[in-house]
Amino acid sequence: MSPLNDLLATPASREQSASLLELATREVFQLMLGTELSSAPPDANPHQEVTSMVGMAGQLCGVLSVRCEEKAALVMTSKMLGVEPGEVGAEMSDALGEICNMVAGNFKNKITGLGDGCMLSPPTVITGSDYITYSIADKPALEVRMLFEAMPVVISLEIHS
Amino acid sequence: MNSLRALIVDDSSVMRKIVERSLRQAGIELNQVLEAGNGAEALAVLQGSQVDLILCDINMPVMDGLEFVKQLQALETAKGVPVIMITTEGSEAHVVQALSCGARGYIRKPFTAEQVKTQVIPALAGKA
Repeated sequence: MSPLNDLLATPASREQSASLLELATREVFQLMLGTELSSAPPDANPHQEVTSMVGMAGQLCGVLSVRCEEKAALVMTSKMLGVEPGEVGAEMSDALGEICNMVAGNFKNKITGLGDGCMLSPPTVITGSDYITYSIADKPALEVRMLFEAMPVVISLEIHS
Repeated sequence: MNSLRALIVDDSSVMRKIVERSLRQAGIELNQVLEAGNGAEALAVLQGSQVDLILCDINMPVMDGLEFVKQLQALETAKGVPVIMITTEGSEAHVVQALSCGARGYIRKPFTAEQVKTQVIPALAGKA
């Protein structure tokens, strides 16, 4: 097993990974959307979801996903495009995919040795919440919950050895 | 600085808009912005148009940014046009690879308008 796959192996490494994932996410929202994310209660969960996923392969294998409500996704897209939320159309999936891609890239670039050793897949975006995913991850997912303009955003990292 | 014609190459239309806005926020005056969704589309655009600056993603379908920069060297109409790579692939190896292919600068996503300015201004000055 690669040492990098130990990122979620112990409580201490999970805590450190969660901090890096939170920082990577905050930076993306701050720099690309001009928005500060705030802390969310542990039970904050989006409804009527949009889910964006990016696969990671190489020294770190897994999936990083960003989940939020459709309303939050529309506001995020509007901020990225510099338009009103009501003007957002098909660009929403593109925007959510890019956010997930940047969070995944920013996260891996914060881990020494991972920048070169981990490839990212193109993002996949799913709308709706009536679905079940089956993962081959062998550890519980790492989840970071934050609030984007009072709406919950859940960033999840699943890793398999 | 005179008003510029820029080509922005990224498979995300949202990201192309963000790059354009960042250029304007950086104080770079643009009189025309051309867009392409991958390297092959960008080469086709450059067959019929001259630009002063190219900003290009690396990971794209059909033709990625590194291959685009390599092929750009053979294109007479694009000789000397500075290319800045903008990508999530932020490792040293990627930077070295991009610069050895002919890119003049490298910006990691996420980025600020100031970071865009820091890369673009010297690259444009080097062209003169």
